[in-house]
Amino acid sequence: MVLNNIEDLIEKYHNAETSLQEEAQLKAYFASDNVAAHLEHYKPMFQYFSQSKQEQYTKDVPLNSKKTKLYQWISVAAVAVLMLGLIVPSFMGPTEEEKQEALMVYNQTMEAFNLISLGMNEGKTQLTNLAVAGENIDEGAKQASKLSEFNTMTNKILKNK
Amino acid sequence: MKQADFVSLVMPFKDKVFRLAKRLLVSREEAEDATQEILLKLWKNNKKIGDYKNVEAFSMTMTKNFCLDRLKSKQASNLKIVHSNYTDSSSSLQNQVEAKDSVDWVSKIMEDLPEQQKIIVQLRDIEDYDYSDIAKMLDMNETAVRVNLSRARKTIREKLTNTHQHGIK
Repeated sequence: MVLNNIEDLIEKYHNAETSLQEEAQLKAYFASDNVAAHLEHYKPMFQYFSQSKQEQYTKDVPLNSKKTKLYQWISVAAVAVLMLGLIVPSFMGPTEEEKQEALMVYNQTMEAFNLISLGMNEGKTQLTNLAVAGENIDEGAKQASKLSEFNTMTNKILKNK
Repeated sequence: MKQADFVSLVMPFKDKVFRLAKRLLVSREEAEDATQEILLKLWKNNKKIGDYKNVEAFSMTMTKNFCLDRLKSKQASNLKIVHSNYTDSSSSLQNQVEAKDSVDWVSKIMEDLPEQQKIIVQLRDIEDYDYSDIAKMLDMNETAVRVNLSRARKTIREKLTNTHQHGIK
């Protein structure tokens, strides 16, 4: 009687006509020890089904999205700070101290330039002396040419004699 | 929705998601990754989760689509070798879990089924879902689900009977 019922159920099962209750009945039957010999080969199938149902997902899912959001914002904040560091000083302009320092540097350089120009002026006066010397040399050359002219003249006089 | 609420909502069916992913992707590691991916996707949309009529069914559909995508992309990028590596390691894991050789046979037979039938057998015989639920999850009508299930069950029976008789003769 029970066996007939089970065989019917198996037939229905394979035609996908069984309800969930009937399938539970089948599973219970095959889970028990007294399975008829000619139905023995269905046993592993139902055993497998109930065994696979035991399998569990044990891995943890990292749902701490808040933390990751915070980390994202930290990088954004770092970039913002960096940019501020670059931009703000140029907006604010130089401080009082920096101005003074710049003035000092300016004065020092001006002093140095003055020293250089002093030296230049000295050099210039020496150069004018040189120019005067050059003039004298020219005059000397002119006198020398006069002397050579005088020479030629005396030569001519000597020839005439 | 707070994290605790989400966890309590997801808890009842996360194993089902994992088992379906494992049925399709075969390797345990792949299935774990897929499950994580799906739970994270759900968590990301946790504000909209209240709008879904049936979060469980929705997640199962998501799992199915995600796994089929994974399989497709794997075939496209020729990662089959890696995949069969995973299969190897997972079957040894299964060996640890499953003491009996004949029970192991059933899982091998199921691996050979077409994807659609795998999903249906998984949802019906292992997770005990209603036909109407399965039809909704897979976007099919109930008759089609029944036909596919019947085919899958008959294939399993046929192969199981064969191996059983091999054992005797």
